[in-house]
Amino acid sequence: MSEGRLRKLIVGDAQADRVVPPSGFTAQLTLFVSGAMAFLAVFALALSLASGRLATRWADELARAATLRINAPADQRSAQTEAALAILQQTPGVASARALTQKEQAALLAPWFGAGLPIDSLPVPQLIEVIEDDPGYDGTGLRLRLQAEVPGAVLDDHTRWRAPLVDAARALRRLGAVSILLIAGATAAMITLAANAALAANAQVIEVLRLVGALDSYIAHAFIRRFTLRALGGSAAGMALGMFGVWLMPAASNEGGFLTGLGFQGWSWLLPLLIPLLGALVAFAATTRAAKKRLGDLT
Amino acid sequence: MIELENVGYNYGGGELLSNLSVKLAPGSFHFLTGPSGAGKTTLLKLCYGALTPTSGRVRAFNMDVQGLDRDQMAHLRRRVGVVHQDCRFLDHLPVIENIALPLIVSGKDLGAEEANLRELLNWVGLSDRANALPPELSGGERQRAALARSVILSPDVIIADEPTGNVDWEMSQRLLQLLVELNRMGKTVLVATHDMSLIRAAKNQVQARVLRIAAKQLHLAGADL
Repeated sequence: MSEGRLRKLIVGDAQADRVVPPSGFTAQLTLFVSGAMAFLAVFALALSLASGRLATRWADELARAATLRINAPADQRSAQTEAALAILQQTPGVASARALTQKEQAALLAPWFGAGLPIDSLPVPQLIEVIEDDPGYDGTGLRLRLQAEVPGAVLDDHTRWRAPLVDAARALRRLGAVSILLIAGATAAMITLAANAALAANAQVIEVLRLVGALDSYIAHAFIRRFTLRALGGSAAGMALGMFGVWLMPAASNEGGFLTGLGFQGWSWLLPLLIPLLGALVAFAATTRAAKKRLGDLT
Repeated sequence: MIELENVGYNYGGGELLSNLSVKLAPGSFHFLTGPSGAGKTTLLKLCYGALTPTSGRVRAFNMDVQGLDRDQMAHLRRRVGVVHQDCRFLDHLPVIENIALPLIVSGKDLGAEEANLRELLNWVGLSDRANALPPELSGGERQRAALARSVILSPDVIIADEPTGNVDWEMSQRLLQLLVELNRMGKTVLVATHDMSLIRAAKNQVQARVLRIAAKQLHLAGADL
């Protein structure tokens, strides 16, 4: 679109705007649909971004971490822990290894058993947190050595449950992106219907305009501008409400888990501002197409 | 200026007009008459490109009308002022804006044209009705407003379809007088009417040809007036 056309679209022509009468229900329909779709788009965007962050975090954190579990009788647990730590310190590719304190282990069990758990009286295995270096360690070799020297040790590198979690988070992100595309498509369809209804309702006006020498572009512009601005206004309101809704959601916390991290973070708060522009663009394209088709059908 | 060569037009599975030829020379005045349903309005629409002939060709201002694209057609319509029987106003706009509609759609500055607009309103006797809405106008006022709209861009050709169909004798004489004045200014005028008294009344005012559509053909109706 040329600069002149863009200026004309934004600034408009008061005289030309008066020529096409305001069309009742199509105006409200466009405003409502744009607002509702923008509202949904904000949530889809928030979901998509949060899922993306989650996938990245899980992929990064879990890929570098492993847990060594010492399942040994109480009287041997300490010795086996020491032995395992010694092996880990000698293993190339292990950045650090440390045994979790009883307090930390109790905190891990707290969601299930509550606070104040007498962990020393329970047969809870000792956990060792292993942080991998870059490049990482040889898992098979480490397992073999541990098997020989620390019989109660079980190495869990999280592969078993990391992959499906990361896959699920990535799928959720894709779902969010697809939802935004579907929302844009549904908006285009609804605005096309509204534009067609407005064009049909103004068939007589269009006929008169053509009879007095109006170019198709002049007639189309009157409708395109109106629908584009309505979509922009409706989308802006929907976006504002959607952002307010997201802002009201609880901030990310470990206690709340995934559901509390659904909002925007940092610069991503700016992304929803694109939604009204996208809504206006969709309305512009949909109305242009509808107007061209309608006018093309007239002699 | 406008020329129809062997034009035929089919409508509703039948032939409405057949092998019809006519030439509207610059500055000429023509009446088009014939019974209802003979094809008067169709012939007018063929002249200004609202209909495409089934056979033959229509030329306007040395251009083949069938070969014009949509934008060229719009520009052609700015050179041909049309007065429709039902006037075709935008009812939500006052009379003055309806008259100015051709100026508005052609991107002219209304402020610069205001004096011309007022003069035109005065010429058709609607100065005091400038801000009325079309539904508030009488039949004669509507026809005069439609005539004013048709000439606002100073077109070369004026085509009027039954302009006196819904007005009394006195008003039809007033409208005829306006059309004659336009012809004296050098405009080509084509008026479709079934009102023979209007044609007779024009006899003393203008040299006009009377064309009659009958049996799908166009005939010169008796001697020229």
